[in-house]
Amino acid sequence: MAEPSTSLSSKDVAHVARLARLHLDDATIESYRTQLASVLSHIARLGQVDTSSVEPMAHPLDAVNRLDDDEPGPTLTVDQVLMNAPAREGDFIAVPKVLGGDSA
Amino acid sequence: MNRPDATAIAAAIRSGALRAVDHARATLDAIDAANPGLNAYHEVFHDAALGRAAMVDAQVAAGRDPGPLAGVCVAVKDNIATTIGRTTCSSRMLGGYRSPFDATVVTRLLAAGAVIVGKTNMDEFAMGSSSETCAWGVVRNPHDPTRTPGGSSGGSAAAMAAGLCDLSLGSDTGGSIRQPAAFCGIVGLKPTYGRISRWGLVAFGSSLDQIGPFAATVRDAALAYQVMAGVDAHDSTSAAVAVDDWQATPPADPRTLRVGVPSQYLRNNDPAVTEALDRALGLLRTAGATIVDVDLPMTDHGISTYYVIAPAEASSNLARFDGIRYGHRAAQRAGEGLDELYARSRSEGFGAEVQRRIMLGTYVLSSGYYDAYYDRALRIRRLIKQEFDTAFARCDVILGPTAPTAAFTIGGVTDPLQMYMNDVYTVNTNIAGIAGLSLPGGFDRSSGHALPVGLQLQAPAFAEGRLLRASELLERLLSA
Repeated sequence: MAEPSTSLSSKDVAHVARLARLHLDDATIESYRTQLASVLSHIARLGQVDTSSVEPMAHPLDAVNRLDDDEPGPTLTVDQVLMNAPAREGDFIAVPKVLGGDSA
Repeated sequence: MNRPDATAIAAAIRSGALRAVDHARATLDAIDAANPGLNAYHEVFHDAALGRAAMVDAQVAAGRDPGPLAGVCVAVKDNIATTIGRTTCSSRMLGGYRSPFDATVVTRLLAAGAVIVGKTNMDEFAMGSSSETCAWGVVRNPHDPTRTPGGSSGGSAAAMAAGLCDLSLGSDTGGSIRQPAAFCGIVGLKPTYGRISRWGLVAFGSSLDQIGPFAATVRDAALAYQVMAGVDAHDSTSAAVAVDDWQATPPADPRTLRVGVPSQYLRNNDPAVTEALDRALGLLRTAGATIVDVDLPMTDHGISTYYVIAPAEASSNLARFDGIRYGHRAAQRAGEGLDELYARSRSEGFGAEVQRRIMLGTYVLSSGYYDAYYDRALRIRRLIKQEFDTAFARCDVILGPTAPTAAFTIGGVTDPLQMYMNDVYTVNTNIAGIAGLSLPGGFDRSSGHALPVGLQLQAPAFAEGRLLRASELLERLLSA
């Protein structure tokens, strides 16, 4: 397994910001670059541990999916669901035009 | 803090010796006087609390039992959903958010007769160890207002320590209950992963998060725990394991108690922390307990493992905040697409630490880095769990400091990595999914103020009865 690389360019950080849907200016990207590089270089020490004979553990409980019976139960009303929507039109959440505009 | 503990208050109210309304009013008056200086509460529910307390009194007057938390005033961390007031996670992203439902823990507290007095400030989305990333201003430590109460559940800890509630709720992903409990000189319990329902807890690290109580005494923490614990149909990760009745667990007998002490917990501590631990070990030894050396070498890799897993899960959980269905939406610009609206809404709504962790999490999950970081961290997670299993074969509980220092100064830690290091003794509890409790162990007087020092006891998964009884014993030995 490759050792994690801890060199991080502004281009890398801008790429990650795009993946994370964050809108960062150049100064913020530079400050995150320095801070993330420092944290990543600390984390890189995990590369010293021999993990070849151990399975990943994603979760503390050896639980499997628990399924409910397929029966209707009490639910929130439409008004409750939409009460926090930033923009609403009737029973719908209003969003900017999705089709026909500039796709980002 | 000269209040009787919650157990005593509930007993007085159930017996009719104390009126819940009078107690609630006194608590609200205390909040009004002290909160402007501490900023522990973001919102206080004067009318609702008095109304609720009047209902409790009416039940007592009618000869009915309001429940084990009758009239007990509870403060709730602001990442736990309440239909009363807002649920903001101390973030501009959720500044106006009102939950259409109560978290299961809130429902259970109310059913037990509790009075919810307010919502408490925290590090934004529970990301921090000092409550300084709170969008509604820093929280101050009641023992020294120039210092942090710890975090992320700093408001709940400060409110408890200042006598502004009888119990409070926190959430703990890597130490966010235990470290502020230590800094504020109170008891804080992080139950086993899955022990308490997280329905209504805003998700941060879903394989790590647990809700737990802050309390003045171990018996109070046990009382709150007992009310909240147990499986919940709304949370598929809540464990279908019977809750061991704390009252039915016999008190810990020091002569048969084996207390494990890992050498890895003894290094890099401030002198006052070392002294507090030495004193506790001396008292336990004198009482007849067996002190066992145990080895947890993976302790040193805990922070790194945590800062892969927790941000990875956070980046995924916080993807839901896109400014569309709820939460902050940036002002729309002509010709702008949805992606740009998401990005501007998120960067306007989230503070710097939250964005930093989203970036870190996105990076370690991104193509080309997943195996080197995330997959590796999950494997080390299993090694950490196995290490605890081995240690607990030789001891009943593990004792050490909760944090290497007492409370630090507000603004005193500016480097993110240095801040993360504060959680060195607490994160592995969450990584392994076991139970941990912090209780007051003494004071650090080197600054001129008496700053509390916390001791952490750790116990295997679902051994809360044992953990609480051992903590109660240590609490009694320390106070004698």
